[in-house]
Amino acid sequence: MRDTQTNTAPLLSVRDLSVRFRTGDGLVHAVNNVSFDIDVGEKLAVVGESGSGKSQIALAIMGLLAKNGEASGKIMFDGRDLLHLPLGELNKIRARQIGIIFQDPMSSLNPYMTIERQLAEIVELHEGASRRDARKRALEVMDAVQIPDARARLDAYPHEFSGGMRQRIVIAMALMCNPRLILADEPTTALDVTVQAQIMKLLGDIQRDMGTAVVLITHDLGVVAGFCDETLVLYGGCIMEQAPTLSIFDAPGHPYTRGLLRAVPNIEDPAASLAAIPGSPPSQRKPPAACPFAPRCVDAVDACHLTLPDLDGDGSKRACLRPVEVLT
Amino acid sequence: MTDNVLSVRDLDVTFRANQTKKWPWSAPGKVHAVNGVTFDLAAGHTIGIVGESGCGKSSLIRAIAGLTPVASGEVWLDGAQIDYANRADMHRLRQSMQMIFQDPIASLNPRMTIREIVAEPLIYFRPDMDAAARRSAAEQMLDRVGFTSSQFNRFPHEFSGGQCQRIGIARAIVAEPKILLCDEPVSALDVSIQAQVINLLKDIQAEMGLALVFVAHDLGIVRHISDEILVMYMGGMMEQAPAGALIAKPLHPYTQALLSAVPIPDPRIQITPQVLEGDLPSPMALPPGCLFQSRCPKRIERCANVRPAHLTTGNRAVTCHLAERVEV
Amino acid sequence: MTSASRRLKSREFADAAAEEMITSRSFWADARGRFLRNRMAVFSVFMLLCLVVFALFGHTIAVWNYEEIDWAVLGQVKTEGGPSLENGHWFGVDELGRDLYARVVQGTRTSLMVGFVAGPLSVMLGALIGAMAGYFGGRFDQTVMGLYTIWISIPYIIFFVVWQAFFGRSLTQMIIVIIIVNWTAGLLIVRGQVMMLKNREFVDAARMLGMSDMAIIFKHLMPNVLWVVVIYTSLVIPEVIMAESLVSFLGVGIQEPNTSWGALISEGARTMTFGTLWQLAFPAMFFVIAQVSLFYIGDGLRDALDPKER
Repeated sequence: MRDTQTNTAPLLSVRDLSVRFRTGDGLVHAVNNVSFDIDVGEKLAVVGESGSGKSQIALAIMGLLAKNGEASGKIMFDGRDLLHLPLGELNKIRARQIGIIFQDPMSSLNPYMTIERQLAEIVELHEGASRRDARKRALEVMDAVQIPDARARLDAYPHEFSGGMRQRIVIAMALMCNPRLILADEPTTALDVTVQAQIMKLLGDIQRDMGTAVVLITHDLGVVAGFCDETLVLYGGCIMEQAPTLSIFDAPGHPYTRGLLRAVPNIEDPAASLAAIPGSPPSQRKPPAACPFAPRCVDAVDACHLTLPDLDGDGSKRACLRPVEVLT
Repeated sequence: MTDNVLSVRDLDVTFRANQTKKWPWSAPGKVHAVNGVTFDLAAGHTIGIVGESGCGKSSLIRAIAGLTPVASGEVWLDGAQIDYANRADMHRLRQSMQMIFQDPIASLNPRMTIREIVAEPLIYFRPDMDAAARRSAAEQMLDRVGFTSSQFNRFPHEFSGGQCQRIGIARAIVAEPKILLCDEPVSALDVSIQAQVINLLKDIQAEMGLALVFVAHDLGIVRHISDEILVMYMGGMMEQAPAGALIAKPLHPYTQALLSAVPIPDPRIQITPQVLEGDLPSPMALPPGCLFQSRCPKRIERCANVRPAHLTTGNRAVTCHLAERVEV
Repeated sequence: MTSASRRLKSREFADAAAEEMITSRSFWADARGRFLRNRMAVFSVFMLLCLVVFALFGHTIAVWNYEEIDWAVLGQVKTEGGPSLENGHWFGVDELGRDLYARVVQGTRTSLMVGFVAGPLSVMLGALIGAMAGYFGGRFDQTVMGLYTIWISIPYIIFFVVWQAFFGRSLTQMIIVIIIVNWTAGLLIVRGQVMMLKNREFVDAARMLGMSDMAIIFKHLMPNVLWVVVIYTSLVIPEVIMAESLVSFLGVGIQEPNTSWGALISEGARTMTFGTLWQLAFPAMFFVIAQVSLFYIGDGLRDALDPKER
C-alpha cells in the first residue's frame, strides 16, 4: 500500500528513535533505532511482548515519557520534529492532531468530573469553542462511539459506566478534535473478549469513516489480524520485521514472528503441543550488539550472536541474517 | 463417581458487602459470587473453567481450595466429603490439592530464595523428610521445571514472569498432590512464554497423573489444555461439555456469543462478533429467571421468571430453556 | 559443524551472557551496598560509634569520679571551674564542683541506653500489634485503632508524672514508661504494609500449605515489612532520646546522682546566666551530634531500603 502513495510525505515518520531510561541500576535501553512511517489513513500495528518497548514508542511520540526517560532520533509529524518542538507547540499538536487511547480506561478519566466536562474541556481549551458548541460536539462524538442514550449520559460520572463503555468514552475523548492520528496503546487488553470485539469494530468503523491513521499497539496477534494493514514486530526494543499484515501471517520472515504465531493456541485446530519459544525475554542493560532474539532463536548461527542485522527488504522488511528459506 | 478425584456439588459462594450497610448494626448485603456449581473431575483429566471477569470462576476454585469460605454445597475428594471446618480434613485437602496463581511474581515471597520457596511445602506435607532431603527434593523439582543449579540461590525478583510461574508450579507439585488448581496461570504472561508454561503443565500432568482445574478467560488456551470445559456467567454454570464438542457446536447463547468474539490470528477470517446488549445483573440481587437473560439475544418469556435447570444430555449439559426444547 | 552442535554452542553462549548480567544478591545485601555508598550516612555511623565508645569507656580515662566533689574549685566555679587540662576537669565542673567530663560520660550512657533499648522495643511492640491488626482486620483491628486514637490524644508527660509517682524514677522505669508511651510508634505503618501484603498471592500459597496465621505473620509477612520497621526504628530512636531529654529537662525524668543529656542541659541552662557556659555547651554538643548522626543514618536507611528507589 506504500507504493500507491509514494508521492505524498508520510503523516508520521519515526527515524532512528531510541529511548533510554536512567534507573538505580544503570541505563535501560528500551527502544533501539526504530524507524517507521505511517501514511494518512493507514492502520499500523506495533506488536511485541512486554519489555519490547512498544508502549515507550507511543509515549515518546506523545512526549509523555517518564521523567527518567530520554528519547533520541527524529519523530516527524506533518513535517515537524516532535522531539525538538517547544512545549507549547507540542501541546497544540498532541491535543488537536494526535489522539491517544490507553489500556486502562479508568485511569484516563477523571473520576470527579462528568463525562460532558471531560469531553467539552478538550475543545474549549484547544479550539476556544463556546460551552454550547463544546456540548454539541461532545454529543456528536458520543454518538460516533455508539454510546446508547448519549444525551442522558453526558452528565454521568465515569464510575457509572461499564469497562467497555468507559473505553468508548476514552475513544470519544481522543476523537474530540478530529485527530489525524490515533495512538491506541493496548486498547482492549483490560476488557473481556466480547467487549474487545466490539471496541475493535468501533475503532475500525471510525477509522474508515474519518480517515484517521491508527497505530495499534498490542501483544495480541489475533487482534492485529482482523484490523491492521501493516504490522511491525518488535522484540527487545528492536524491529524484527515489518510487512503487510497478510504476509506477516502467510509468510512470516523472521524466526521470532514465526515463533509467536506458533505459540498462539488456535481454537479451531488444537495441536498436541504448543510450540513455545524457549528462554526468557532479553535484558536491556546494554544496547544490543547482536540480534536480541538470537539467544532464544532455534535458527541462530554463530554470526547471529555477534552482529546486529539491519532491517531491509522492500515491502516486507526483516532484520535477520538467515535467509527465509532456511528458517524452520 | 468412584473414579472421580474431585466432585463438587451445588457449590455456592457468597461475600458480605459491608458498604451497603445503612447503619453499623444493619445486616450486610450478600454478593452471590458462585451459584450452584456442580462438576466431577477424574484423575489425570483437565476441566477448564471459562468466563468473563466477575463471573465467579476464581471465587469457585478459591472456595474449593479453602481460601474463601463455602456458603453451601459439597466438595468430595477421593470419594470422601470435605468438611472445611475440620483440621484433619483440611490437611488431607491441602496434601492432595495445590494451587498456582495469576500473578507469578506476587505469588512468591520476595525475601526467600527459590530453593527455600520450593522446599517449604515439604515441611508441612512430608514430615518424614529432614532438611537435607527437602533441599535435594526441591532442587530436583527446580531442575525438572528447567532451572540450573546456579539459579537455586536466587531471589524471585531476578526472574522473569514465566520463570516465576515455573517456580510456582514447582512449589505446587513438589509434595505430589493429585489435583492442581490453576487460577489464570498464564494470563499475566506473554504469548511466547504462555506456551512454555502450558506445555510444562501438560508434561507434568502426564508424568504425575495430575488432575487440573484450569481457570482462564482465554478460550483458545482453555480449549488447548482441557478435556472438558465449563462456561460460567454471573457465578452460574451456563454450559458444560467436552472441549471439542463445545467449540464445534456451542449450545448456550452465551457460549455462542463468547466464541464468536474470540479473535482469530488469520487476517483472511473476518470474525463477526455477536454484540451482547443490556447490562449485567447485580450480583447482590440476582434475577429470578436465567442469569443471562438480561443480555441474551434469544431470550423468550420464560427466561425472565423461571431459572432454567442444568440439564445433562449424554456427555454435555446446558442451562437454557431453548436448549431443553431442542434436545428434547 | 552440524546444526545441532552449533545450537549447543549458541545456548552456552547465551547462558554465559545471562550469567554475566545477573548477579544474585539478597535484598539486604543490596541495601547494604546502597547504604555504604551514602558517605554522609557512613560518616554518621562512625560518629555514633564514637559516642558509644565514649559512653562505654570514657570513664576509664577520667581523672575524677562523677560523684566526687572537687573542693578546690567549689565556691569559685565561675572563675576556676572552667575546662582545663591541668586539674583534669577537661569539660570543667558543674555547679556542685563535680567533674563535667565524668558527668557527660554518664549522661551519654543513660541517654543512648534509653534510646537504643526503649526505641527498638517500642517499635517492635507496635509492629507486632500493627501486623496482627492488619492481618486479622475486623473487630481486632477496630479495637486497636480505637485504642490508638485515644492513646495519641493523651499528652505523654502525664504518663511520666503518674508512673513515677507510683514506681519511682529509676532508669529501668524510665525505659518501661517510654515503651508504654510509644507503643503506637510503627503501628500504623506496619498495619498498612501488612494490609497491602496480605492480598499478595504468596500469602494464599502459604495458606494452601496449612500454615497458621501467626506462622504466616512471622515467616512470610514480617520479613517483608522488616525494612519499614528498620527505617521507623531509626526515626524513633532520636525521638525517644529527645523525649527523655525533655522530661529530664522538666525534672520528671532521671534522678540524681544519675544523669542524662537532658538533665545536664537543664542544669547548664539554669546556670548559664552566671557565665558558666561550658556547663551547657558540652552536653548540648553531644546531644546535637547524636541527633544529627541519627538523622542522617535514618535518611541513609530510607534511601537504601525503600524499594521505590529501585
